[in-house]
Formats: sequence, C-alpha cells, structure tokens
Amino acid sequence: MTRSFLGMPATAPPDVGHLRGAEPFPAAARRALSDAQLRRNLGHATATIRSRSAAVIGEVPDWPQLRAAGRAIKTDTMARLPELLEQLEAAVTAAGGTVHWAADAVEANRIVTDLVRAAGADRVIKVKSMVTQEIGLNEALEAAGVEPVETDLAELIVQLGDDRPSHILVPAIHRNRAEIREIFLRAMPGVDPALTDEPAALAAAARRHLRQTFLSTRVAVSGANFAVAETGTLAVVESEGNGRMCLTLPETLITVMGIEKVVPTWRDLEVFLQLLPRASTGERMNPYTSMWTGVTPGDGPQAFHLVLLDNGRSAVLADPVGRQALHCIRCSACLNVCPVYERTGGHAYGSVYPGPIGAVLSPQLTGIEDNASLPYASSLCGACYDACPVMIDIPSILVHLRGRAPHPRAEATAMAAAAYTMDHPALYAAAQRAARLGRLAGRGHGLPPPLSGWTASRDLPQPPSRTFRQWWAER
Amino acid sequence: MMRVALFVTCLADTLFPQAAVATVRLLERLGHEVVFPEGQTCCGQMHVNTGYPDDALRLVRRHVRVFAPYDVVVAPSASCVGSVRHQHATVARGAGDERLASRAEAVAARTYELSEFLVDVLGVTEVGAYYPHRVTYHPTCHSLRMLRVGDRPSRLLRAVRGLDLVELPQAEQCCGFGGTFALKNADTSTAMLADKMRHVLATGADVCTAGDASCLMHIGGGLSRLRAGVRTVHLAEILASTEADPAGTPVGGAVAAAPTTGGTR
Repeated sequence: MTRSFLGMPATAPPDVGHLRGAEPFPAAARRALSDAQLRRNLGHATATIRSRSAAVIGEVPDWPQLRAAGRAIKTDTMARLPELLEQLEAAVTAAGGTVHWAADAVEANRIVTDLVRAAGADRVIKVKSMVTQEIGLNEALEAAGVEPVETDLAELIVQLGDDRPSHILVPAIHRNRAEIREIFLRAMPGVDPALTDEPAALAAAARRHLRQTFLSTRVAVSGANFAVAETGTLAVVESEGNGRMCLTLPETLITVMGIEKVVPTWRDLEVFLQLLPRASTGERMNPYTSMWTGVTPGDGPQAFHLVLLDNGRSAVLADPVGRQALHCIRCSACLNVCPVYERTGGHAYGSVYPGPIGAVLSPQLTGIEDNASLPYASSLCGACYDACPVMIDIPSILVHLRGRAPHPRAEATAMAAAAYTMDHPALYAAAQRAARLGRLAGRGHGLPPPLSGWTASRDLPQPPSRTFRQWWAER
Repeated sequence: MMRVALFVTCLADTLFPQAAVATVRLLERLGHEVVFPEGQTCCGQMHVNTGYPDDALRLVRRHVRVFAPYDVVVAPSASCVGSVRHQHATVARGAGDERLASRAEAVAARTYELSEFLVDVLGVTEVGAYYPHRVTYHPTCHSLRMLRVGDRPSRLLRAVRGLDLVELPQAEQCCGFGGTFALKNADTSTAMLADKMRHVLATGADVCTAGDASCLMHIGGGLSRLRAGVRTVHLAEILASTEADPAGTPVGGAVAAAPTTGGTR
C-alpha cells in the first residue's frame, strides 16, 4: 500500500466512482415503482433467471456441500488476505506481469490512465467489469482524452444509452428489446435503419459495430472474477466471447481487481466455477472462461498489468460481521430473488452494487453515513441468504449495519421510550389501553408520519375489546 | 400432559388476542396445561431490526428472565420465535454479556412456534378442528426461511375437517411487511403487498391464513382497504375451531368484539 494506515482503514473516497446515490433509497424507489415498463421488464427478467437457475441447481446433488466449500474458501482467504495478495503479486511478477497497488478509486484511475497513455493509445476496449464501474474508470479515461469502448452487449447498451447499469450480471435488465432497438438506432454509428427488435438482429448489429474496434485497438481493460495466489493466474468468466477477444487481441492488457477476488489455490476454482454459472445465469457450465498467467511470448498481450484495488475493502474486512460481504462472487442470485430489487430495479440503490449484496456492500465501502438508507432497503425476508452460492448471511449483515447507521433523533427517542415502557409491565399494560382508546377515538385515520406510511395503503386492525392479558386475568 | 408457557407476543396480546386465546384453547383441548408468565412484554425484535440493539438488550434480558423457569415455551408467531432463536444471544454478546447469551440460548432451545410444537413435540397433525371454509396458506418469510417449518402448517390444515385448502401462487414471496420496513419503505412494501393480494384473490379463497399475526395484519389491512371480501385468520384460530366452538364466535364474552385478524378501519 502506498499509505500507512493508523487506526481504521479508509473508506472509498467521495466524488469519484459510483458507490453513492443522489438521494435516499425510499425516494428513488418511489419513482422507480411508478415506472410500469420498468416493473414489467424486471418482473419478466428476474422470473426467467430464477426459474432457469433453480432448475440447474436442482440437478446438482452436492449443491449444499459446494456452497459450504465456497464459504469456507472465502473465509480462509479473508483471514489471510495480506499474505495471499503478496503471494499473488510474486507469482504474477514471476510470470512477466506487473502488479500495481491502488489504495482507492483515484489511485486506480490514475494508474490505468497513465498505463494507457504510456502505451500511446487513445482508445481502450473493455470487458464488462463491476470494479471499473465502481471506480468510474470510463469517466476518468474520457477526461484524459481516451475513449473507452464497452464490448459486452448489455454494457454497450448502457454506454450507448448514456445510462447506468442496474444489475450486476445483466446491466441493461431494465431495458426491453424495443428500447434497445431505439438506443441502437439513435447512438450506434452506421447502424442499419431497418434494424428490427429481434434479439439475434440486435446482437448482430452490436457485433458488426464492435468487430473493427476489436481488431484495431491496442489496449484492453478488464476486471477479474478470480486470481489464483498460488499460480498468478487471472480468470474472467463471460458468456459472449467479447471478453475472450479483449483478453487475447490487444498488445497491452490492464486488469483491475478488487483485492477480495484472490483465491488461494488453482483447485479452489473447481468449487467456484461450479457455483457461479448455475447461481448467476442458470447455465451448467460457463460459456467463455478465460485464464491467463502473466505474459506468454508470441501469444496474446505482450504487456500485462494487474491493478489491485482496495477502495474501502480493508474497512469492510475490519468488521467481523460485515466482512462476509467480501465473499461475494458477483453472481447476482440475490438480486434475482429479492422482492425489493424485483420491484424497484437497480438504479434506486444509487450504487453500482444494487440489490441485497449492494445494500450490505456499498454502505461498508463508503462508510455507513453515505449510504445510510440502504441497510433498510429490505424486508429481511431471507430469500437472498438462501440463494447465495457462498452462503453470505445478508439479512444478519443488514441488521448489523442498521445498528451502526445514523438514526433520526425522533425515532431514537421513541424507540428508547418504547423499550423502557416494555421493560415495565404495568406501564406496558397502561400503554396498551391508551393505544386502544386512542384508536377508538381516532379510528386510525390520518396517522402522523411515519405511521401514515401504513394507512396510505392499508387499514389498521380494529382494536379488540380487551387485550390478551386482560382476558387471561379475567378468565 | 405438558406444562406450556405461552409466549403471547406483544402484537397478539395488544391487537390480535383472538390468536392467543385460540392457542390457549387448542393446547388445553389437546390436554395440556397453559400458563401465562405475566412479566412478559415484547421480545425486542422491532428494536433489533430497526437498528437499536442497545435498547433491545433490556427486553432480551426481561424475556430470558421471564421464560427461564419453563421447560416449554410456545408462541403463535414464527417471527418472534425466530428473534428468540437467532437474535437474542447475538444482542447479548454484542453487549458483552456472555452469561445472558448462554441463558438466552437455553431459553431459545425450549421455545417453539405453534406448528413446530404440535407436529414435532406433540406429534399430532389431526387436532380435532372443524373449519368449513376455502382457505389459502401464506408461508411467512420467517416461518419459511428462518424456522424452516416447511409443510407442518399445511399438514395441520389438511387434517382440519371441512377445510378446502387451495395453493397460493408464488407463496414463498414476501408480503412486504418487514416490520418497520412497511413504514420506512412504504411504497416498496405496498408494491409487494399488491402482488401478494393479487395471488390471494386468484385462489378464490375466503380466508388467508398464516402463522404470524404481523404479516396477516399487513395482508389483511390491504385486503380490507380494497374491500376485497377476503379475511385473514391466524392458523391458531383455525386449529382451535370446532363444531361446538367455531372460530370467530365469541365465547364467554371474553373477546367478544375481537374481529378476525385483518380488521377494518
């Protein structure tokens, strides 16, 4: 690290990247919920992925054991992360790569920009990567006069639409094919004006658009799904083949990777490459799994740079409960099963990491003050925990983070008063009677905030003639 | 015969006494003694889940003290039992009170949700109930995914004479209650509720039941607002219902005015 930490590790810096929303979740969600097209697109897409994933998971008799193994490997990795990262650095260096350490998004963007400039390039091709979205690399490159070209179909749709990703795996999940056709007609140079909204036609248009760029661009930027400390091998998992082209065609390859992506040994990939495709895309085996170790003379990129990014991850690691969030392999299963995500979509979360995992990861990366509403963006239904292929106990982390979030003063006062009352049975019984009389007088109409949130769409129960404890005392 | 301490839950005590009364009648009918430890108030789940573990601590301490003397504790709520099992010891440890944590774990090990108690401890699914209605069952999130009660409630319902059990589409999806989530994220909660109500109405059932009064308050409050003509009734009320003593009929005048769980405005 370029910094020596004293006390708590730093969180991700503000004003760079995409970890913070412009408004709290409830306000952003309210707007999203009123978008009928969005609701329909998301409901259809998440239901489709859910059923496909459930079907292929059902085929694996040792799925519970695989999940437990995934969790165990990640727990072990986090327990000795510094040592594994140094091992990875040594292995990558020995294989002809260069390792850079970036404390935060600002450093990572500067390192990548300098490397692109040094290679004399004014354009880079990109493999879909969450981490480069996290740090806002595209904006940093554009500011330096470098054009970033997203080559994943969905990322291209997002980029051409001047939009933001709303899903970890399917960044354009909020768009349907009619909307995608409109974006292509508007923003894709040289597109056939007779383009239809058939998925094959849309993919073919993107392929024609990208092919020349693949062949004429000298620098590629990727993320990484895994990095093996033992061998120095990087792995990218994708399903279109665009990643394979980015990773093999250019002269220079720059990979930006969150430090939590390291795994100890080559054997560990056996577990994750079974878990990831079934949990994420509902495929038995991932279509394009690219692995490379440093530089191979005469084959593929002749310069390889690995940028290891912290950007708040050490702060997450410092929290014994919250650190589980670093186990995430970005499969997005928790998004697809989340009843909140399914209705609000990803943009409401503000961060590039939406859904349940985003609700526990983003506030920890930025510091809870900057994403204070996210741990509350869940009904704690637990579907995410069941779906997670590495068994991250997301509901428990949400509750833990709520305990650390800043609380409205009036709410804190009311909560303390309620706890005091409930700790004194005589006061509690009196409060029960008072609540009943108040309800009888007011009939539950027009309750003050925050209780008005209830009566906006639901009736209150009619108060009973007596409480249970009164009945018990009189029976 | 067993001696069962009723963990009534603050919500059933205050707003849905008919669910607690039904639990008492059912267990007594099955030949067991029910006692009500009067020092109990609230398990503290609302405080824990809203981010106030420090305030919850005194409620955890109270709950553990009140229920420690009993061999068996039964509650008509999966959510509150879930809090006792999965949160109490964590709250105690968070406050550095290891002794309270181990006492909480001991109480949790003796605490059962009603359908668990009936099926696992008493070994009964046929409880002698009669309930001539078309009923759909909503598995609440905490009974489904926290306690894993599985098909226990359905087995109990299928054994009820006269009851026509119809399957709820997408039953495993959350109704959108989530405690203070329903207030803090009222719009999202309502969107989830709208879908749940749509599925309930699609069954053609006249009663929606569940093991938690809280979720039923939510679903029932929505159905009542729409004047949908479908009631919500706690599982305990259905299981307590007999030809001689049908659910919803005032007995002894004790909870005479108590409506079914959904309520009106």
